[in-house]
Amino acid sequence: MSTSAISSFEESLSTRGLPLTRTAAADAADELTALVEPPAIGTQLPYSGVSLPENVITELSPSVLESATVGITPAALAIADYGSVVIPDDGSGSEHVSLFADEHVAVVAASDVVASMSEAIGELGEQVRDGLTSAIVATGPSATADMGELVMGAHGPKVVEVVLVTDR
Amino acid sequence: MSGRQQKAERIRELMATQGEAVEENTREFNDGRYESTGDLSEYEALRDEARAIQEDAIERIPELVDQVTEAVEANGGTVYVADDAADANEYVRNIVADADADSVVKSKSMTSEELEVNEALAADGVDVWETDLGEFVLQVADEAPSHLVAPAIHKSTEDIAALFDGHFDPEEPLETAEDLTTFARDHLGEKIREADIGMTGANFVTADTGSIALVTSEGNARKCLAATDTHVAVAGVEKLLPRFEDLQPFVELIGRSGTGQDITSYVSLFTPPVDVPTLDHEADELGSADDREFHLILVDNGRMEMREDDQLRETLYCIRCSACANSCANFQHVGGHAFGGETYTGGIATGWEAGVHGQESAAEFNDLCTGCSRCVDACPVKIDIPWINTVVRDRINRDADQELSWLVEGLTPDEEPGGVDLQKRLFGNFETLAKFGSATAPVSNWLADWGPNRWLMARIVGIDRRRDLPEFQRETLVEWFAARDDRGPSDPGREVVLYPDLYTNHVQVERGKAAVRVLEALDVGVRVPAVRSSGRAPLSQGMIETATDHAEDVATQLGRHVDEGRDVVVVEPSDLAMFRREYERLVDEDAYDTLADDSYEILEYVYGLLEADPSRSDRFRNADGERLAYHSHCQQRTLGLEPYTTEVLGELGFDLVTSEVECCGMAGSFGYKAEYYELSMDVGATLRDQFEDEPRVVASGTSCMEQLDDLLDVPNRHPIEEVADRLE
Repeated sequence: MSTSAISSFEESLSTRGLPLTRTAAADAADELTALVEPPAIGTQLPYSGVSLPENVITELSPSVLESATVGITPAALAIADYGSVVIPDDGSGSEHVSLFADEHVAVVAASDVVASMSEAIGELGEQVRDGLTSAIVATGPSATADMGELVMGAHGPKVVEVVLVTDR
Repeated sequence: MSGRQQKAERIRELMATQGEAVEENTREFNDGRYESTGDLSEYEALRDEARAIQEDAIERIPELVDQVTEAVEANGGTVYVADDAADANEYVRNIVADADADSVVKSKSMTSEELEVNEALAADGVDVWETDLGEFVLQVADEAPSHLVAPAIHKSTEDIAALFDGHFDPEEPLETAEDLTTFARDHLGEKIREADIGMTGANFVTADTGSIALVTSEGNARKCLAATDTHVAVAGVEKLLPRFEDLQPFVELIGRSGTGQDITSYVSLFTPPVDVPTLDHEADELGSADDREFHLILVDNGRMEMREDDQLRETLYCIRCSACANSCANFQHVGGHAFGGETYTGGIATGWEAGVHGQESAAEFNDLCTGCSRCVDACPVKIDIPWINTVVRDRINRDADQELSWLVEGLTPDEEPGGVDLQKRLFGNFETLAKFGSATAPVSNWLADWGPNRWLMARIVGIDRRRDLPEFQRETLVEWFAARDDRGPSDPGREVVLYPDLYTNHVQVERGKAAVRVLEALDVGVRVPAVRSSGRAPLSQGMIETATDHAEDVATQLGRHVDEGRDVVVVEPSDLAMFRREYERLVDEDAYDTLADDSYEILEYVYGLLEADPSRSDRFRNADGERLAYHSHCQQRTLGLEPYTTEVLGELGFDLVTSEVECCGMAGSFGYKAEYYELSMDVGATLRDQFEDEPRVVASGTSCMEQLDDLLDVPNRHPIEEVADRLE
């Protein structure tokens, strides 16, 4: 973790107008509860002492995915220069959860914030060689300009929020 | 209707129906590119890195194909190398048949457009749905993409609303872009749910890990892949990168170069078959990721031959970002339906079309590249796109049978075979015309303007009758210089050769005289020897052999002066660009280096003289805030030379306004050609709007000056003439 990478990540998010919530691990569940409007779905967060709020559905099915308004997933990395998060799926279903709901909440540990794309690709290269098969560098909501103007929320989420766990 | 009239008619129609939407969108992309690449401190280093990776990757394609096959198979997928479109399509059809699939959902893929895979599957009764919203619009409209990245860029919200309302007859009419997006998302969401197979392209494929990178914004590629069990990816063999880590410069450059976004919403890095649970809609549960299948189809379809072709090889470095289209003034006004072939659009399309579909497809639009070179600076992998256009133009010339060619064969002094179009031949041999024009002026000018002759010129060589023709001066610059009594400064600090380019020597002679006066006033000894024209005119017509003949002579003649310690000063920016850029390909390395390193644009040279000794400014009367409007020249800008002119004019006290447009639209002979006259004037309209109330106008390029003559009521001059007028 580097303090300058974190402040640069926060600045990039702010430049893009993307909301950020900072929280300590102990308060993460409360922060998430306040943030999400049910029905919410989620995949397990791998940070010690951090769990999903109780009303978040983790038993996934196509109909649950279709009806959810919010999806919560962990992010493997955050890239400070771009305000991006990297969504991995190693069988958890995070790819679906981060894609089907109108709002995606990405939870990232401060120690996983890297400064540059170069560092991120370097790190991902190692993870891919270790067997990670699906990693999305996601920056803001899905968008299209194909209908003559910019519209947020094309096939993917309309809103993206980042929750930064400051002590993990 | 003649071919030229048909072409003019088609361009007129596209400017009227699509021009506005294309111009608005491409200019926004282009402005975004400047801003976004400007924010990237390592931009130039990343371009160099990306270029080096591509050179290496294309060199090693056979090895990388073996490597990726091994990697993908180890991951549990299959790889097929398809020789051509039919081969690739047959393979896809077999996958679809084996899966017993009746529908396929696709994300955007230009390679699949090249293969026409949708048509092949439709013939088998398979439903194919384009899920990229732009591609979906085109599928409904039954049209071809007009842009590499934003395929429906030629359609406005109103156009799409009318299309959807007519086609789908929704309960409530669709009006806003938001309405249309929601409607399409729902409609396609259903198709994705029902589909058995998801098909994508690939922006990059990494050979060591068997990964594919998809650069998207909508999320449809992710959905097509997540929601179906079988993933088919089609990619040209040129998409292979040696290592996963090689992705980095491309990920940073592609969005910035194309649509001007630092990064698109999603850069998906899949190493399929992916470990993402499948969706079992019937049982309403998640299925095992083990059920996923992956097929990578690597397409040759002419690429391996392009790789062997020293001139077309660079095309394979292209990452299809669309910067060459967005930065091109002609593209901005007509879009890819005119500036494109069977599949590909924009400047680089000439290389792609010639390579994958054949030269005839490239011949349709190749002339729309005027060689301005803006795209070279915009290209993230530094492809010399104008050169590819010139080479293909040359090949088209050589392959063509030209009516009436017996008429000019042997009469024209060029090195070209009979196939060269008469119009191209006339402009390519402008030197001969100019010499004759000056020798017989003013009679030549009267005759040229005489009605029946204009009619003949329009009819036989296609010179638009609405254009004023260049007026040849009886006394050339070389003759004036040789005949004058003034011997210049007695003790010159430096010596230069003022290159008598074709236009300065025969047409814009005053700007040449002004250059001599200013240089001499700044203690420079000047010579104006008779030197051949640079070869720019034949090169722009694709007459490379003729251009090479000129270049060799000029490099030898000017090189001799450089060896004797004289700098070369050039008035015409397009000729300086020849010396600094194109000559690298036309003359030997030493001759090129000698001339390129020691030739200067006139105001660049004056700037240097004033910098070296600021007291020299005293030799000019201050303009005291007199208003002056300045339009730089495209190649002058791409060589980074515009600031010298603006600095010098500012230093002399002018209240300077510079043009906001990058191109006047004339581009040498382009704007004279009947089939392109209206496009040329349409491009020029923006410049006219900015400058029409300006009292005094200067421009550096001959073409720009001619175009401004036609656009504006006030006459214009070269900036060096304003500078000369301020001499004490």
